[in-house]
Amino acid sequence: MLQVSLTHFLAVGALLFSFGLVTVATRRNAVGVLMGVELLLNGANVNFVAFNHYVVGGVTGQIFSLFVIVLAAAEAAVGLAIVLGIYQTFKTIDVRATDLMRE
Amino acid sequence: MKELGPVLVHQVSYLWLIPVFPLVGATINALVGWKLQQALGKRAVHYVAVGSMVASLAVALYAFRVMLGLDAEHRFLQDTLWNMFTAGRVQADLGFALDPLSMMMVLVVTFIGMLIHVFSIGYMADEPAYWRFFSYLNLFAFSMLLLVMGDNFVLMFFGWEGVGLCSYLLIAFWYTDPDKAKAGMKAFIANRFGDFGFVVGLFLLFWALGGAWEQRMDARGADYRPTPGLGAVAAASDAAQRALLVPEVEVGGGQRVKIGPTFNFRELRDQVVIEKTGVAEHLKGQRLWGFGLLAIIGIFLFVGAMGKSAQIPLYVWLPDAMAGPTPVSALIHAATMVTAGVYMVARLNFIFALSPTAMGWVAFIGALTAIFSASIGFFQYDIKKVLAYSTVSQLGFMFIGVGVGAYWAGAYHLLTHAFFKATLFLGSGSVILGCHHEQDMRKMGGLKKHMPITAWTYLAACWAIAGYPWAAGFYSKDEILWKAFTSEHLSFLGLPAPWLGPAIYVTGIIAATGTAFYMFRSYYMTFTGEYRGGQGHHDEHNVDPHSVQAAPHSKLSDKVHASDGAHHKVPTDLADNVVRGHDDHGHHGGTPRESPWTITAVLVILAAGSILTALLGLPALWTHRPPALEHFLEPALTAEVHFAAKPHALEWIFQGIGVAAGVVGWFFARLLYKDARSAVPAELKKRFFRAWTVVYNKYYVDEAYGVLVLRPSVHFARFLAWCDQFIVDWLVNFAGWITRFFANIDGAIDKYLVDGAVNLLANATIAGGRTLRRVQTGRIQTYLYGALAGALAVVLLNFLIQ
Repeated sequence: MLQVSLTHFLAVGALLFSFGLVTVATRRNAVGVLMGVELLLNGANVNFVAFNHYVVGGVTGQIFSLFVIVLAAAEAAVGLAIVLGIYQTFKTIDVRATDLMRE
Repeated sequence: MKELGPVLVHQVSYLWLIPVFPLVGATINALVGWKLQQALGKRAVHYVAVGSMVASLAVALYAFRVMLGLDAEHRFLQDTLWNMFTAGRVQADLGFALDPLSMMMVLVVTFIGMLIHVFSIGYMADEPAYWRFFSYLNLFAFSMLLLVMGDNFVLMFFGWEGVGLCSYLLIAFWYTDPDKAKAGMKAFIANRFGDFGFVVGLFLLFWALGGAWEQRMDARGADYRPTPGLGAVAAASDAAQRALLVPEVEVGGGQRVKIGPTFNFRELRDQVVIEKTGVAEHLKGQRLWGFGLLAIIGIFLFVGAMGKSAQIPLYVWLPDAMAGPTPVSALIHAATMVTAGVYMVARLNFIFALSPTAMGWVAFIGALTAIFSASIGFFQYDIKKVLAYSTVSQLGFMFIGVGVGAYWAGAYHLLTHAFFKATLFLGSGSVILGCHHEQDMRKMGGLKKHMPITAWTYLAACWAIAGYPWAAGFYSKDEILWKAFTSEHLSFLGLPAPWLGPAIYVTGIIAATGTAFYMFRSYYMTFTGEYRGGQGHHDEHNVDPHSVQAAPHSKLSDKVHASDGAHHKVPTDLADNVVRGHDDHGHHGGTPRESPWTITAVLVILAAGSILTALLGLPALWTHRPPALEHFLEPALTAEVHFAAKPHALEWIFQGIGVAAGVVGWFFARLLYKDARSAVPAELKKRFFRAWTVVYNKYYVDEAYGVLVLRPSVHFARFLAWCDQFIVDWLVNFAGWITRFFANIDGAIDKYLVDGAVNLLANATIAGGRTLRRVQTGRIQTYLYGALAGALAVVLLNFLIQ
């Protein structure tokens, strides 16, 4: 019987993180980029929880992941507000258009 | 030998008034004269000018009276106003001093000056620039008074230059005529040469009085021990220090005398004259380049006198100076300024007396000038030229006098000459006025009938200059020549020359004969015979004589015709004006008339003076008393000069020779020129035409000057111009080129090296910035790639290092 071990959790976390990274790096849609950021954070959360359960014990990891979730919610709110600002300024939410700071 | 003490000074406080009055007059006329002339007529101008001279004369007479009231040794009036400057030992005060010699000069200057001012009223009546003339004349009187009254060399030199300037201004008074302007410049430049010598002599004298104190201390012993610190010519900052620089010596009787370099005549006289100071010995002992320093000083000072008093070789300006108005010739170029040299030598008699060489030189040049210019006077036709050469000749006589040591006789001749030569010049002025500005004696003649007063006064002055015993010139000239004959101490160029005195005597007596000849020649040509100027002639007066009609006429210019000065009765003149106006000189060719009273009165006074001054110099031989003037001048002329004692009989004989010389000259002049009847002069002229030409052309001295002085100096100037253009300019250009060369190098370094480095840095920064700019895309994702790459690199490195 296949036992679910730490390695599996870490693999899932790494996958989530990789997907998030690819999403952030490749999406042109600002909302898509924000979604990628969520994936990144949750990939990290999986790691926190897994290491807490298999290595450390107690609830430290869980609480840390709860913090991250709250932080992610706040981040999403701020991020979406920025996206709205971008849209109002540029009439698009393509991140490639927002290069005013260049030069 | 008499022991002399220091001069005893009598302090007074009014001497400054004497020169100030003419200065005030000159200032008024210079500043507002034209306005006065316009508003009040010419009368106002000459009232100011003559008034200032009268005031000056009055003060001078008062001073004279005060002086006569004093003992002989107290006759030194001093009036020091303030210190002009002090620098080390040089101290110059604005101070006036009158000793008998300068008193005599002041009286001559103010009295004759005043008379000539009066004369000018009539003579210059038709002159539009009337105020300018009187302003210059007053300025001249001021300068001349400064010259004779200044108590130090600085003031004297100031006056010396001032009279030179006024001489220039007045010779070139009609400056629109180039010849007259040139004559003025000639006078000025010839005087510059003289002044140079004067200044050199002055500084040498100043220098000679200092130095070598220690030796003198040792020689004179302890009683003559100047204050320590004497050698230093350091700048003195206060009175105490100055006292160290100007030491004093006890000369007996509790009197102290300042010794050392000084510009003050009295201090100079005291220290040189008083034996005990040892200054005279010191001066005698000094040598410069092997020559006696005193002789050099004397000769250089005499060079100054040569210029001012028109002696060979600097006399050439004086005949040309006749271009000026005739009163100027009388005042400046006969009576006063030209005697400044004689005055200077007489004033420094104690210096000249120490050097027989200097004295011999002065007397030698005087004699040479006397005979040389007398011979030129023989054949001149211009009446003023005759008088000019006569003046040069008479100045030569004065220098014989002061040269052989007969200082009082030189001064006496100065005085008598001032009178009779002023009479002659003013008489010639009157004649020139009467003959419609004609100066050529060939066009005169017979004027005695028309101008009796002028003729008689002219004749009186001729007696005086020719040396007849009833007029003044005899006494001064005779005394000079007698003293020349008996002087044995003279040196010629450093060698004792006892023959020089008699030689000068012979020269002088020949010159005196010549003088009598040409003066009576001028008298006979002018005043006897028939009038030869009948055809009417108008010398173009270079100032516009017609402009005078616009100006209000003074009383005098009503009498004297405005255009040429011929005297007319008023109604005729008015008729002329009405009928033809001023422009038409219809009256030309009219017979000459006697001049107005201002002119004749002056002539009479001066002629009387030229007879009566004889009383001042009646020889001791006749009266067994020293002549009045000699006695008066004695305190000022202290130099003791030794004359050989000769028997009285010889003196009588020499006086007889003197009279005979005058008679011989007169006899030949009368024979040849009386009434212009004799054909002999023309015959002689034809026979000796070449000699006549040489003398008539003044021995070609002016031409010789042209060749010897003018041309070399012009060539030298050209050479200098060439040097300037090609050598100095080349050097300057070369220096400029060198500078430019180095500047170019410097510029290149700056441009390529320093600027290059700076630009390189800037360019590198720009290039770097441009390159790095590409990285800054502004896209978040690009940065993210960067961050990822960084993170990957860190991880990889982490593995690699482990």
